[in-house]
Amino acid sequence: MSTITKETDLKVHEDGELVEGNPTFASVTADISRAPEAGTPKLWFVAFGAALSLMGLGLTLIGYLFWEGTGIWGIQNPAGWGWAIINFVWWVGIGHAGTLISAILFLFRQRWRTAINRFAEAMTIFAVICALVFPGIHVGRVWVAYFMFPLPNQMGMWPNFRSPLLWDVFAVGTYFTVSLLFWYVGLIPDLATFRDRAKTKIKKAALAVFSLGWRGGNRQWQHYERAYLILAGLSTPLVLSVHSVVSFDFAVSLIPGWHTTIFPPYFVAGAIFSGFAMVMTLALIARKIYGLEHIITMRHLENMNKIMLLTGMMVGYAYSCEFFVAWYSGNLYEKAIFINRAIGPYAWAYWTMIFCNVVVPQIFWSRKMRRNIPVMFVASILINVGMWFERFVIVITSLSQDFLPSSWDYFSPTFFDVGIYLGTFGIFFTFFLLFLRFLPMVAIAEIKGVLPQADPHYYEHNGHH
Amino acid sequence: MAQIFPKWTNTLPLILAVGGVFLLSGVTGFFWYYGSPKYTDVGYRPIQPVAYSHKVHAGDLGMDCRYCHNYVETSQEANVPPTQTCMNCHTLVLPESEKLLPVRESWATDKPIEWVRVHMLPEYAYFPHSPHLRAGVGCESCHGNVAEMEVVMQSQPLSMSWCLECHRNPDMHLRPSDQITVMGWQAPDNQLEFAARIKKEKNINPPENCSACHF
Repeated sequence: MSTITKETDLKVHEDGELVEGNPTFASVTADISRAPEAGTPKLWFVAFGAALSLMGLGLTLIGYLFWEGTGIWGIQNPAGWGWAIINFVWWVGIGHAGTLISAILFLFRQRWRTAINRFAEAMTIFAVICALVFPGIHVGRVWVAYFMFPLPNQMGMWPNFRSPLLWDVFAVGTYFTVSLLFWYVGLIPDLATFRDRAKTKIKKAALAVFSLGWRGGNRQWQHYERAYLILAGLSTPLVLSVHSVVSFDFAVSLIPGWHTTIFPPYFVAGAIFSGFAMVMTLALIARKIYGLEHIITMRHLENMNKIMLLTGMMVGYAYSCEFFVAWYSGNLYEKAIFINRAIGPYAWAYWTMIFCNVVVPQIFWSRKMRRNIPVMFVASILINVGMWFERFVIVITSLSQDFLPSSWDYFSPTFFDVGIYLGTFGIFFTFFLLFLRFLPMVAIAEIKGVLPQADPHYYEHNGHH
Repeated sequence: MAQIFPKWTNTLPLILAVGGVFLLSGVTGFFWYYGSPKYTDVGYRPIQPVAYSHKVHAGDLGMDCRYCHNYVETSQEANVPPTQTCMNCHTLVLPESEKLLPVRESWATDKPIEWVRVHMLPEYAYFPHSPHLRAGVGCESCHGNVAEMEVVMQSQPLSMSWCLECHRNPDMHLRPSDQITVMGWQAPDNQLEFAARIKKEKNINPPENCSACHF
């Protein structure tokens, strides 16, 4: 491989530059640092106030839950699991885009990820925090929350190691830790950039502590890239394992509609699907407000839409496969639950799910639609609505029509179900707005790495090197 | 570029790391030792309204536990005796004693003596005495050698892990039924043999499920 011809070079350009407008290293730094360094805009305060109020509402209602108990929720026999687990699975699923983008796309050398990875990783961490709220509160007795962990205690008792609910704690806990580390390691060079640009003493000192004495030397970069690669390798299996384990919560039980081997891959595909939709929703807003259209380009958006199309069809396949297996198994109860899903009392939820998750992404077959911002914005929101309904359909339909027809009942959520769910949006956006305000929302150092200047083609003049 | 931190801060990470390890193990160790019922509960010795000596009655005089705690074999509770039980003897033995004044007062006014409970279990734990005695667990296993106590105190932690320890392996605590109330009992050499036999004979199979004690 001694020559690189002009043709391959042109091909790359046809596909679209990773960064548009031919920026310099300095202008990239300036563009991304502008928002955190400028004064706080009014709009930010409005949004932050709204997020904070919503978070306050959520925390107040959670406080009341601790006081009063889970009776304030809509759960009742036979549907003993309600919105808490729906919301948990939904938020964890959303968190999957972060590791997929930062780890798997990194290992596959998908360099277009650089514009959105910081963003997606931050979103992952905040989504997992929101998810972790629910296991913590779902029994309404926060003082026994420690029992989720195998701590030595005077009762001589351990959690049930054979229960997938315990595996869940480990899977999500590991995921959160690794995601946080990954995010932080990636932040170090950018924090150092911010430190060098900081005007006040306190800000400089704080950033200096968190940038761990980064000077940007050659040796530091070598160590850094090695560490990043190792973390990417470590977190790659997590992308697949976390939602597989979450799906075990259902698949290991014996409830018709849950007890199926397709659950792990089906859940993972759905998680990546919803995660990308969330990244899309947030990225579209942020690039508009902060004027980063030349860094988060149409090419990035189009790539994400393609992934949504793919994963959307995967979940669509899983939905149809479930029906096929229900019929093919000859199991009466399995058949009954799926017929009930499609035409029973929750048919409205089932068809909402099918429309949002299977029908809506089909629009991305068209290149024109893949590159249409209002279309993808609406689609990304609808997909997350659909993914919430997917979990609703799984949890509620299977439980509310169990083996004993005399105990069948219709599940209705209460004000507290809805309020606590909205409260987690408050938590999510409070963190996210703080992130947008104070941290580099795009990986500055990595963007520089994909600029044309970072890879000077000296050899082009004579055809070899 | 000027240095942001003075030179001495170079040792700070090391100090924080070492200090962190010490702090963490210190806090863990503190609660491990001082938070355990072995520390907080064992040795509880409340002052009773009557200066009653178990040492004198059960030890020196050799009275059987069941003279006073007479329902223990058939009831959940090892009952505290009524004043009548005391007066069975004390109308004749030491009838003028100053120490016994509260007992005679209770006897005269028909008001029970307000003994202070020593061995307390939480309300959500169900502990019946009778099945334990029927299986052959000695009083001493849970209450210690009461015959040597001037004032009764709690000698065992009564924590759940302590209960479970015996439920998982009761062998060293099982006695022939005529020796249940013996204090200072020493297990014979063939204890394990005996335990294996008695467990089979009486079908002793201590439960470990939650609802054995909590319901």
